[in-house]
Amino acid sequence: MAETVDGKKDEADYKRLHSFPLIRHTDMPEEMRVETMELCVTACEKFASNNESAAKMIKESMDKKFGNSWHVVIGEGFGFEITHEMKNLLYMFFGGSLAVCVWKCS
Amino acid sequence: MSVPQKAAVKSEPDVACKPKPLYANFSANASRSEIYDFYQEELKRRETNKNKEERPIIDEEDDEGDEETQCTAKGEDWYWQDSSEEEEAPASAEPSGLRNFTYKKHDISQLAHAVKMMERAVVQNIHGDITDDFLYFEDPADEFRGEKGTLLPLWKFQYDKAKGLSVTALCWSTEYNDLFAVGLGSYGYTHEDRVGMLLFYTRKMHTYPEFIFNTDSGVMCIDIHKQLSHLVAVGLNNGCVAVYSLLEKSKQPIYKSTASAGKHKGPVMQVKWQEDHLDSNHNFISVSADGRVGSWTLREHELVFTDIIKLPATDKVPDDLKDVIATAGTSLDVHKQYDCFFLVASQSGTIYKGSKFISSTFLEEYDAHFLMSVKCVRWNPFYSNVFVSCGLDWMVKIWDERIKSPVFTFDLRADVTDVAWAPYSSTVFAAITTDRKVHVFDLSVNKYEALCQQIVVSRKKRPVKIEFNPVHPIIIVGDDRGHVISLKLSPNLRKKPKDKKGHELPSGPEVEIAKMEQLLSLVR
Repeated sequence: MAETVDGKKDEADYKRLHSFPLIRHTDMPEEMRVETMELCVTACEKFASNNESAAKMIKESMDKKFGNSWHVVIGEGFGFEITHEMKNLLYMFFGGSLAVCVWKCS
Repeated sequence: MSVPQKAAVKSEPDVACKPKPLYANFSANASRSEIYDFYQEELKRRETNKNKEERPIIDEEDDEGDEETQCTAKGEDWYWQDSSEEEEAPASAEPSGLRNFTYKKHDISQLAHAVKMMERAVVQNIHGDITDDFLYFEDPADEFRGEKGTLLPLWKFQYDKAKGLSVTALCWSTEYNDLFAVGLGSYGYTHEDRVGMLLFYTRKMHTYPEFIFNTDSGVMCIDIHKQLSHLVAVGLNNGCVAVYSLLEKSKQPIYKSTASAGKHKGPVMQVKWQEDHLDSNHNFISVSADGRVGSWTLREHELVFTDIIKLPATDKVPDDLKDVIATAGTSLDVHKQYDCFFLVASQSGTIYKGSKFISSTFLEEYDAHFLMSVKCVRWNPFYSNVFVSCGLDWMVKIWDERIKSPVFTFDLRADVTDVAWAPYSSTVFAAITTDRKVHVFDLSVNKYEALCQQIVVSRKKRPVKIEFNPVHPIIIVGDDRGHVISLKLSPNLRKKPKDKKGHELPSGPEVEIAKMEQLLSLVR
């Protein structure tokens, strides 16, 4: 019993420590990267329970800002292989368990 | 006639004019375990970065992240209090969870040093003409003026928080000869004494002090240690002495005397550092208005006071009150060659020569300024038997310590508040009087009158203190409104002695001593 309580505490701790947005891989220029990351964080926080809506919001904003056409995947467990335009990829973690991948390919 | 045909172009906005973009492939796996591992790595990386002082890539992060290694200098750097010059963003940047990647520094305090350098550069650019004057201007009119010289005003040093305080002490640092200390306090009665300040200015940035210390009582005297320029001894109006260290980040003195440890009962008028004892403890001596001369030693955690000698009461005081009514000491100077001898000037017009080791009596007494207060007494930096004194009887007198009466006397027609020897010549000295003038004398040129008598402060202000820079030909004058101005000495005031053929002799202490010797022999 005590172990599960501790386990829960540990999980809460690590979730807290790991919830800051962390970029895993990107080749975007500085400004674009900052803007995109902020956008992703805003979207994920807004639609915390619905990944589809968050992804929709990100994709539509990116299309408006940076041109056609962007693709966004948000989830907790997936593997992927994509072709993207150079200098237009952002792959980041957020909230301890969420992974967001944003790329442009028309 | 063939009409050029327009080709029918199907406009496809996406494809038509843009250069063909390059593509790349990317693949990854997103799972809980991967995410966790990556975060752990990142946290570890941040730990090591925080520990490295040289490359502080510090993030503004939620407190939970790194409680024990939180950067303490965040946003608060003691150079930056109220600096009006720079627009600067608010000192504590908002910790925003969004700005958290390792590529950027967001801590404002990292900029402090850079901004400080920039402020200096900006100030020097704006006032570049003053620096040029300081470095290069030599008044060409001096050739046609005969012996007379002039003082060229350079920088003005003011601090708005010092309103209502008077400059009470000035001291140049010997190690860093662009840095000087200003003590601010009040010359009134003790019950009017509210606050004091100790400011350090550098001539490289005259708009704002480098270091600011607030004291609970007016500062009356300062001395910066000759070798260890970070140690500053300060005497206060309430009788305390304190030692500040410029290396400390805190604004508190590293040593402060308390009532139990032999605090003076009157304002401390002069402090002077002495050579270290055999046990390498720093020590300084002080004289105060309660007539006592004491020596203070800096031990591990405390200041230790030893009484050296007490100024004798004047003849006017009836015998039974001689112990109670003290003669106030007003100035003190330590002999340049023999550290144990010192001169003390008193408010009753007498100058006493004493020794640190003899506490019963003084070695010599000089009836200096006919019952009016002696304001300042200083030994000659080259010829160690000669000293100068000035007093409220309008006189400046040069003495040879072996002779009871002054060698030279000058009547300046107004109360003389301070006098100082020039560090580059044994015969040049400057005095300031309450009629706003600085008088510069060179005894080897003219034994009877000043080479320069110039008004240096505006009406309603009176100059109070004067000091020569140890290296450059400039003087600083402090007035009773808390402002300090710096002036450059014109070439006539800095004449080097010439040998028989008219060539300039190499300047060195021997030459200066010889000059003085010659002068004195003439008078004897």
